[in-house]
Amino acid sequence: MAYPESARQTFRPQRMHDAPQEVPPVKRIVLDRTPTAVPPPAVDGDGAPRRRPAVAGPERLRLQGVSVSYAGKAAVKDVSLSVRQGEVLALIGPSGCGKTTLLRTLNRLTELTPGAAREGSVLLDGHEVHELADTELRARVSMVFQQPNPFPMSVFDNVAFALREQSRKRPRRREIEPQVIEALRRAGLYEEVRGELHSPALRLSGGQQQRLCIARAIALRPEVLLMDEPCSALDPRSTETIEQLIGELSRELAIVIVTHNLQQAHRVADRVAFMYLGDLVEHGEVEQVFRAPVAPRTRDYVKGVFG
Amino acid sequence: MSASTTQALPARAPRPRRSSLRSWRWSDRLVYLLAWLSGLSLCLVAAALILYLGVRGIEYVSPSLLFSRPTAGVDQSQIGGILDPLLGTLLVVAIGILLATPTGVCSAVWIVEYGRPRWLARAVESSIEIVAGTPDIVIALFALTLFQLGAFGFLSFTAQGGGVYGRSFLTAGVAVSLLAIPPVFLATRDGLQALPGHQREGAFALGKTRVASIRRVLLPGVRPNIGTGVTLGMGRIIGDTAIVFLLLGVGASQRFDFQGGTPGLGALRGTGSTLTSYIYTTSPAGEGNAPQKAYAAAFVLLLMVLALNACAGFVSARGAGGRMSFGDRVRFGAWA
Amino acid sequence: MLERLRHPWSDRRAELVLGAAAASVCLVIGLMIAFVAVRAWPTFAHNGLSWLGPGGNTEHQIGKMLYTGPHPPASAYHLSAWPLIYGTLLTSGLALVFGMTFALLAAIFLVEFAPLTVRRVLVPVVRLLAGVPSVIYGLVGILVLAPFVGNHVISPAQKRSVEYVVQLDGTGLIVAVVILTLMITPIMVALIADALSTVPTAWREGAVALGVNPLRATLAVSLRAIRPAIVAAGAFACARAVGEAVMIAMVSGGNAFTPKPWDGVVFLFEPLLTLAASILNNADALSAPAVGSTMNAFALLLLFSAFVLSLGSYLVKLPLRRYHAGLR
Repeated sequence: MAYPESARQTFRPQRMHDAPQEVPPVKRIVLDRTPTAVPPPAVDGDGAPRRRPAVAGPERLRLQGVSVSYAGKAAVKDVSLSVRQGEVLALIGPSGCGKTTLLRTLNRLTELTPGAAREGSVLLDGHEVHELADTELRARVSMVFQQPNPFPMSVFDNVAFALREQSRKRPRRREIEPQVIEALRRAGLYEEVRGELHSPALRLSGGQQQRLCIARAIALRPEVLLMDEPCSALDPRSTETIEQLIGELSRELAIVIVTHNLQQAHRVADRVAFMYLGDLVEHGEVEQVFRAPVAPRTRDYVKGVFG
Repeated sequence: MSASTTQALPARAPRPRRSSLRSWRWSDRLVYLLAWLSGLSLCLVAAALILYLGVRGIEYVSPSLLFSRPTAGVDQSQIGGILDPLLGTLLVVAIGILLATPTGVCSAVWIVEYGRPRWLARAVESSIEIVAGTPDIVIALFALTLFQLGAFGFLSFTAQGGGVYGRSFLTAGVAVSLLAIPPVFLATRDGLQALPGHQREGAFALGKTRVASIRRVLLPGVRPNIGTGVTLGMGRIIGDTAIVFLLLGVGASQRFDFQGGTPGLGALRGTGSTLTSYIYTTSPAGEGNAPQKAYAAAFVLLLMVLALNACAGFVSARGAGGRMSFGDRVRFGAWA
Repeated sequence: MLERLRHPWSDRRAELVLGAAAASVCLVIGLMIAFVAVRAWPTFAHNGLSWLGPGGNTEHQIGKMLYTGPHPPASAYHLSAWPLIYGTLLTSGLALVFGMTFALLAAIFLVEFAPLTVRRVLVPVVRLLAGVPSVIYGLVGILVLAPFVGNHVISPAQKRSVEYVVQLDGTGLIVAVVILTLMITPIMVALIADALSTVPTAWREGAVALGVNPLRATLAVSLRAIRPAIVAAGAFACARAVGEAVMIAMVSGGNAFTPKPWDGVVFLFEPLLTLAASILNNADALSAPAVGSTMNAFALLLLFSAFVLSLGSYLVKLPLRRYHAGLR
């Protein structure tokens, strides 16, 4: 079946001699022959006021020509990006476009899957991540998952987990208690669990569990925080709380967030990278990508989000 | 901090570095070492056991041994064979599994498909658990006491004075069936519970009665599970010594001891020996003057257990609910 | 009649028949407990609780019972079961401790470190070891291990030191414990490895993403998560060890002696006897009422211990449930 060459068709052409049928509008993203990757524009967006001051710090992560394949099938093709401290980078795109794979490559979690191969380079503060020990890398690049996964321990033990396991000698409770409380405070959970640090973590609500996972991830003071659709399993109230949290945390960390919710990306992100079928189609400042996308595919994807 | 690298991009990323053992805590390194040692020593012990029994067994097993009957004599290492114990094992297994399979399957079907009244269902499940957890020596003692009652005289030999001997292949078979009921029950029940609900609903929607749908739709679906359970049950029966030892008597000759009347029934009502009781009696714990025979019998027994194990694995792969997990197979079948 | 059976059955009839089959199992178990308890009653009636205490050589006491005829006086029931109880506790306890340690390490090896080829060999091997009949273990013990210990490990001086009380010929505590450990370890390895491999991957991934090495992730997260399964495996293996009769009867020396830890190294070589093995040994003398009653009393103790084990594991698992919402 030949796809029409020209742009989107929202309705099928009505033939005169057909019985008039109600055909629901078909929205298609057209496949170009050659993928177009667009370099970020030199100037700042279209002049619309930013919602947050962009306090971009030093560059933390740089990806150069990263390609990831699982058992020969390419999942991510030739992506180059840079992530700075103080910025939130959102990876958006339809399901299966490789954004989660790209995220997991950043802390080498793809190695858990047999048959995964990576090309290109990922530099953390200038050092190739493959040259760092994986435990050391993951202490500096933490991850929060889609489904909240607190360990079957108490709240305190959950947050203290990384602190205890990363040190050579098992530290005493008194030594790490202030760090645990600090992490809980930064995650906005301390007030709610103040008196019950030793109750089981699995008794918390979904939103609280996810904030606990965030607290757990930031307890070691990482440089980069990776978030894989952190709010997709939560209700709107909890989502709002976590989005505020992301805003506050982004001041000290570089955050990379994968989300399929475009409104969320618009709310929390400073920069956006749009991926499609493994290619990095477009990336740039959030306002520019959403209001004046350059690539046609980006236009199709974000069209209608903001009218 | 952010060095601008102008290097040429490597075609393939360098091999990822794992955290080296040196960075682990010393207690972790110790655990790592001990875990490796444990795993390997388990392999070694198993290999040593099997090889030793294999070597000794092959040394002494011969066709004449397998097919000749135990004979009385002073120099046991030269004469006699293990035919009677071998047949005895087969007989006990046959009786046991013939009794256990219908009971186990029917109970499982009842529990899953009917299950009312509730207190009875709970009682049945608890009973099966109790049976699975009872030491075989206790079952043996109970069976002996039970079958020495006058009412059960038909199962075995009744002496002139009215004392019931209570020991025979029949009584041993009945007692041993108690060992096989839990594996059959548990495997069938798990299989039935793993059947997708739409199979049942589809059958009912076609207007079949419940029992017909059980017979025609559900039971065929769990046939492999029943097979697995039966195989595991047979493994348990074959490996049991205490029950057959108590319930077949300490027959000095280890031969079939027919009990009058018709030949077939006579064998069933008489005593004899099985491979396990034979091994026990010929070891130093019993009479002990023919370790060669004991090794030969042990080798044959081990082969039978190996064969049953392989069978169970083969059959369970096709059952409802997938291949029976490692832990479940051991749990159902490991009370030999 | 077969014709009637072949007609399609009604649901009601099928339910009754199937229910009868299920109920028959209940009936048999109930009968068993009743029989054993009733038969054991005379022993407890005549002895009271002191029956459980120490006081003399149990074997001799049983031997005396053999000649007491069909209506023995109350004194004939006298027995002190403590040597047997001590033997049971000692062997099962030691086997459980060693076996559990070994099994935990081997299970971690199996799930974490074993290369694929080793794993494919080890899983059938463990399954086989779990299914080997106990009489074969006993045979190897009595024909290989006991002579080795008797001839090469125990020194003549040690034998002389206790020769007025017992004969040290190799069969005894250490051989019994070694083989009992060998018997129960594969069962525990299988159960624990099974549980380890069903820990939700989310926890594993979460731990690894926090930068802990794989062994630490297993020890700190997975093992904690499967604590109820470890308790269950331990209870199951312990019940197996307590009920083991044949193997113990073959390798433990058959002497109702209480091995004394303060004897030093000789403690390891002293013979002993357990409840289950004693029942097996006296199986041919059950017609004497006193012996029969005593054996049933032992059996009642064994049943009671199985009950205690299952109750104990339930109680131990209760506080663990706090942290395991959703995990069995």
